Amino acid sequence: MNFLIVFILIPLLMLFALFATRNRKQVLAVMVTGSSALVLASIYLTVRYILLRNSGVAETMLFTSSYTWFEPLNIGFSLGVDAVSVTMLALSAIIVFTGTFVSWKIKPLTKEFFIWFCLLSLGVFGFFITTDLFTLFMFYEIALIPMYLLIGIWGSGRREYSAMKLTLMLMGAASLLIVGILGIYFSTGAVSMNLLDLKEIDIPLNLQLLFFTLTFVGFGVLGALFPFHTWSPDGHAAAPTAVSMLHAGVLMKLGGYGCFRVSIGLMPEATEILAPVFIVLTAIGVIYGALSAIHQTDLKYINAYSSVSHCNLVLFAILMLTRTAMTGAVLQMISHGLMTALFFALIGMIYERTHTRMITEMGGLMKVIPFLGVSFVIAGLASLGLPGLSGFAAEMTIFVGAFENADLFRRVLTIVAVSSIVVTAVYILRMVGKFLFGPMQNRKHLASIDAVWYEKLAVVILIAGIAYIGMFPLGLSNLISDSLAVIIK
Amino acid sequence: MENFSNFLYMREELSLVVLIVFLLLYDLIAGKRGMRYFQPAAIGLMALHTLINIIPRAEVSAFGGMYTYLPMAGVVKSILNLATLTVFLQAKELFSSSKQRQRRGEYYFLTLVTLLGMYFMVSSGHFLLFFIGIEMASIPLSTLVAMDKKCKKSAEAGAKYILLAAFSSGILLFGISYLYGTTGTLYFADMPPLISANALQIMGFVFFAAGLFFKLSFVPFHLWAGDVYEGAPTNVTSYLSVVSKGAAAFALVVLLFKVFGNLVVQWQGILYAIIILTITVGNLFAIRQENMKRFLAFSSISQAGYIALGMMGGTALGMNMLVYYLFVYLFSNLAAFGVVISIENKTGKLNISDYNGLYSTNPKLSVVMMLAMFSLGGIPPFAGFFSKFFIFSAAVEQGFYVLVLIAALNTVISLYYYLKVVKAMFINHSDNPIPTLRTDGYNRVSLILCTIGILVTGVVSLFVESISHFGFGVQ
Repeated sequence: MNFLIVFILIPLLMLFALFATRNRKQVLAVMVTGSSALVLASIYLTVRYILLRNSGVAETMLFTSSYTWFEPLNIGFSLGVDAVSVTMLALSAIIVFTGTFVSWKIKPLTKEFFIWFCLLSLGVFGFFITTDLFTLFMFYEIALIPMYLLIGIWGSGRREYSAMKLTLMLMGAASLLIVGILGIYFSTGAVSMNLLDLKEIDIPLNLQLLFFTLTFVGFGVLGALFPFHTWSPDGHAAAPTAVSMLHAGVLMKLGGYGCFRVSIGLMPEATEILAPVFIVLTAIGVIYGALSAIHQTDLKYINAYSSVSHCNLVLFAILMLTRTAMTGAVLQMISHGLMTALFFALIGMIYERTHTRMITEMGGLMKVIPFLGVSFVIAGLASLGLPGLSGFAAEMTIFVGAFENADLFRRVLTIVAVSSIVVTAVYILRMVGKFLFGPMQNRKHLASIDAVWYEKLAVVILIAGIAYIGMFPLGLSNLISDSLAVIIK
Repeated sequence: MENFSNFLYMREELSLVVLIVFLLLYDLIAGKRGMRYFQPAAIGLMALHTLINIIPRAEVSAFGGMYTYLPMAGVVKSILNLATLTVFLQAKELFSSSKQRQRRGEYYFLTLVTLLGMYFMVSSGHFLLFFIGIEMASIPLSTLVAMDKKCKKSAEAGAKYILLAAFSSGILLFGISYLYGTTGTLYFADMPPLISANALQIMGFVFFAAGLFFKLSFVPFHLWAGDVYEGAPTNVTSYLSVVSKGAAAFALVVLLFKVFGNLVVQWQGILYAIIILTITVGNLFAIRQENMKRFLAFSSISQAGYIALGMMGGTALGMNMLVYYLFVYLFSNLAAFGVVISIENKTGKLNISDYNGLYSTNPKLSVVMMLAMFSLGGIPPFAGFFSKFFIFSAAVEQGFYVLVLIAALNTVISLYYYLKVVKAMFINHSDNPIPTLRTDGYNRVSLILCTIGILVTGVVSLFVESISHFGFGVQ
């Protein structure tokens, strides 16, 4: 049996176990066991993957296997991973694990919350292990629908509006995708929907242009591609903490990953032609997201707009079509995943203590809750790209890689995108300065207690990840870069 | 003797006739005590009838081509049987009041007669038999629609239905007369070579198709649907939206492929416009509905548009996926109706806003309803996702990219209103939610059956694969 199936089996078992649980304690026990198992599985997979690569195995994908599912349509259930998916799986496992601890006290309907949370993670894991267009699309949609209920029931603020907006926009994107996917399969006379088989087929250029646009926009919406990003700030701001973490941390990466795997991986010629259009859009998105973040006073909105900026940078880097930039894109996906999850976790924790997310209503919290305050500063510094933390490693790689392109157009836009770092520094430092170090705004906040054990655990794991990538990026980037060799020379 | 053996080819029809006659006599003869077992007997025998006819036979033609048994029609009959059985299971409560109890016999009898008519629709080999089938399916239905004697809406719906059904039959017959006039035959098998796409034949076809489109409630022939669905007893509404629609859809696809193969360019053009209209208009109207029955009526109009996507390509794949879509649609739609019926019978509440906070009082019913909504909206891993994906593939295979894109974008609109119901049950709070209620045993069986159907028929590939053996393309 293929080891990758474990990543679907564990969430499935968790789902069944959750149905059987009777009280909160059992629910948490299932979640902790299950998510630890996922972390262990992803560690094992990473180690196995590295060992196999070191022993000289050179196939594009490892752990491949293919089962026939729907014979009349040649739909298979194909599995396979390369370095990009392995790192994404590890990221997802970490976020699911920490997300469980962050939602330790979720109320009401604890059981239902985790059932949907599990279904969401099932979609995410399934998406990263599969190499078949049909299952890719299926898991993408599985990951979307729980969001509606998670935000709608457990969210805050304008939750009903945000939940509906998010679901409908992402489903709209999915309807572009379905046409693109079916088009790729049927117009080329392919024998299966397996990505590895489809890669061997030359799709005629005029069709490539059509399908590239459909799939890139389709996946791009989830990756917050400007101007289709509007679901993201509202959705993230309204979602409960763990869901924001999983959504901004992992689900948005589904978009980048899909663009890279399907649009660019299958249709290289169309990419060359259409890239400039999307480069312009993503560059606007990078700057626009950062500038919008300056205007916000709600911590969650600041981070949500910052996510828009960072996720557009991922798409920007992918479109640069150099190996360095793409490696940077993957690094940025992981880095942003950890960082934004940390941000949302901390914001959730701070909100529980202060009952407000407005930076104008908070101040001087560093003294009251030093652990959370310091962690917040670390997350902020990672976000603005301080060397030694993950943001720097990722963004540096992206910009160096983007500048490798010799043409003026790309270089100018790279400079434009780089300038977002300055803007990022502005809003991060302003935010940190105001609500952590500024004058005390509300005496009631003095009574807040600092993080408790389960919160500390989640925060420490995420910070450790950020610091590891920041300080030792070489191993990871080599691993990713090798895997990208088949896509980009 | 030879002619009698021909009857054996009509095994499904025969066993259904036996069932009908038995129930009719039972209703006449049995006294008060005997009638207590009437519903169990009807349901049990219907289940038996479904089971013994479940395996499709080889293709056969009887009575000189008047009656044609296609294996795919066998599959469709099984689907119709299953749907009727589920509707029967949900009908227990309908006749629990003393006023309604005496009409129990008629309900089952009339429903089964329409089913027999639908059998003839899907396996006729001759336009007249087809016409008899369609009449047999429509006229008793109008009685069923008006079954709720005391309710004015029901009577109005019945009148509306019979008038429009008669009108559409007239149009259909008019079309048939043109076809007969230009080809000189009414046999399905003889007609195709004589159809050469001349103006009269196209006109005949258009009139004929319009008559069928009425049954399928394609836009712009849908105007009866909202009122009739709302006025009819809810069980009859669910029967109309699943069984009657399914039979008409399959009859249409068989006719298009077998008889009107030469007109493929023409009917593709017509269907192209009709599908876009049906899906979009159905969706847009469904958004505005507050009454659950009207809401499901318009949702089923737009679903009919998706069903028609399977016809577009004129391929075997399309027909397979159409039948598979019907199969999945049966479970999803009947699950939704099962919940509506259960709540209506106990509380009389039918508005979406009445469902606010349902999850807190009736978690199981809400979950079934949610699964039904997700399946109708095409959300994985529920069956509706697979059927929708497959029916889209069948259309894309023939290059209808724009059409599929429009249909796919429409799923977003449909998701909006399906989620509205989910939102009412799970997210909205209500000071006065529907009290916790006990669904009767039969209906519970039907809901369990539908839930299993929603969860299993998509993920397990067995169903779509076994259906895929029987399809055929334009001939």
